[in-house]
Amino acid sequence: MSIGFWLLQSLNALALGGLLFLLSSGFSLIFGLMRVANLSHGAYFMLGAYVGLSVLQAGFGFIEAILAAGIVIAILGGLIERFLLRRLANRTLAQVLVTLGLAFAIADICLMLWSGDPMQLPAPKWLSQPIRAFGFVFPGYRVFVVEVSIVVALLLWLLIERTKLGAMVRASVDDIQMARGVGIPAQKLFSFIFCLGAALAGMGGVLGGPILSVYPGLDGEMLPLALVVVILGGIGSIGGAFVGAYITGFVYTFGQTLLPAFSYVILFLPMIVILAFRPSGLFGKSAP
Amino acid sequence: MTNTSRITTISVTLLILALAAPLLLGQPFYINIGSQVLIAAIFAMSLNILVGYGGMTSIGHAAYLGTSAYVVALLTLQHGFSFYSASAVALLVVVIMAAIFGAIALRGTGITFLMITLALGQTMWGVAFRWSDVTGGDNGLPDIKRPDLFGLNLVEPGLFYAVMIALFMVALAGMWIFIHSGLGLSLQGTRDQPRRMGMLGHHVWLVRWIAFIIAGFWAGVAGIAFIGYHGYIHPLSLGLANSAEVLLMVIAGGAGTLLGPVVGATIVVVLKMVVSAYVSRWVLLLGCTFVAIVILLPEGVVPGLERLLKSILPAARDDGEAGS
Repeated sequence: MSIGFWLLQSLNALALGGLLFLLSSGFSLIFGLMRVANLSHGAYFMLGAYVGLSVLQAGFGFIEAILAAGIVIAILGGLIERFLLRRLANRTLAQVLVTLGLAFAIADICLMLWSGDPMQLPAPKWLSQPIRAFGFVFPGYRVFVVEVSIVVALLLWLLIERTKLGAMVRASVDDIQMARGVGIPAQKLFSFIFCLGAALAGMGGVLGGPILSVYPGLDGEMLPLALVVVILGGIGSIGGAFVGAYITGFVYTFGQTLLPAFSYVILFLPMIVILAFRPSGLFGKSAP
Repeated sequence: MTNTSRITTISVTLLILALAAPLLLGQPFYINIGSQVLIAAIFAMSLNILVGYGGMTSIGHAAYLGTSAYVVALLTLQHGFSFYSASAVALLVVVIMAAIFGAIALRGTGITFLMITLALGQTMWGVAFRWSDVTGGDNGLPDIKRPDLFGLNLVEPGLFYAVMIALFMVALAGMWIFIHSGLGLSLQGTRDQPRRMGMLGHHVWLVRWIAFIIAGFWAGVAGIAFIGYHGYIHPLSLGLANSAEVLLMVIAGGAGTLLGPVVGATIVVVLKMVVSAYVSRWVLLLGCTFVAIVILLPEGVVPGLERLLKSILPAARDDGEAGS
């Protein structure tokens, strides 16, 4: 196996890491803020990809597809938060189980609407020009995915660390009761973060479409990856999600190349190590 | 006291009637549904140890049923084991697997525990799906023959059902003994008051870990019955949907009650059977039922009925069967 092979696989790993970041940063924020492990997050990712596919097929561009998926999934997330999760406030387990039930419902509706055949989202031409560097040729689209994930990570970091809204989110993650006590509108914050997390997952689905393609079962494959990322990185931490996503991207990509039958098992090795020595994750504050 | 013993009498009567019903109806179709319900019931009871008595919600329980079934299938098909010796190996494998997975999952509590069990469950699905040289991948492993028992051919649905009744009774009795044993009681203690139990000198982690292994063992037993019944195993049987289905049985029936998972298993299996006869949208219905049960009937059917019976019985002391 040549250096070119390793470089290409590394780029694949980076691209997968970027997708995983889009998926799990929202998951992590929602979990950190509301203590709800949103088990429909994988389904949002898949539904987002299907919505994007339909928008593309209707003749719109790739950017429109990403935006449409983000908006549709954000609205869906908002409705779920408003009409189902809020009814079950303070009953964390019930909330998690509702999201699990919804995950199945969404997946089956996708199967109904878009049939069971795997479908490829075409990458736009202007993004898939091969990039030449260091004497090698890299697929341009994967470089684009990595760039997007880094930009989103920066924006999220600025939002959480440098704005008043972010300060309120951080305060609520640390101590929701005190945050409420000093007048932070926790309910509105929940809604906002839930919509934001859902939108990120939906847009991630469209971005991932040209690489992963879309098929029934994509949700069930992405969800455990998101869980692993969050367990690795620590709950409620954007930085943790970023590092965890790239570690997972590398482990999964190389596992799949070198030992395809056991890529899932290899995926869990870093998680087991982290759990053994640092149960709250790399960047987590304390176990919830 | 009188009411409690009345409720027990009513439950036992209903249980016997329910077990006899498929035989009274006579047709193999109903008898086979009966077998499926009992297998699902054993599976759900095993998860109930964790969810109901331990307060640990696992969404990866299908991994134990599936692994056990795969081991039986592989050993009988490819290595010339008899069904029974393969089953013994399968139980050993599942117990070791539960010991390892339990040690990992119990690094977390609450929702973290749930997330880790889900992820570990999907690992086993991934192995079954991707390691196709051994597991047959998406094709699954077909043609596992039902064994004979004491010279009787279990391919006959009625005989198989009789064996399932016996197995179910053993599991039910085992469950009753477990929840009234010292271990079962301290498990319920760690569910309600982990800190106090720790203070009192109970090793909370160890109690939970042992419970995790016992739950894995019984899921393995269900897996052997499953492969015996279907003669076929597919990666889907280890997957998230199957784990969610068995969790729905436990929650719908009533977590933390002896008969709750049995009622839940009956409801889910029959519902699935009826729905699948008309439409192919079982997964959608599974999801919606899940949401509806959690929101509308969070305590489950059995505790709900029990409360109803208790409120009816004192008023109608003379016609004790009124509630049934």
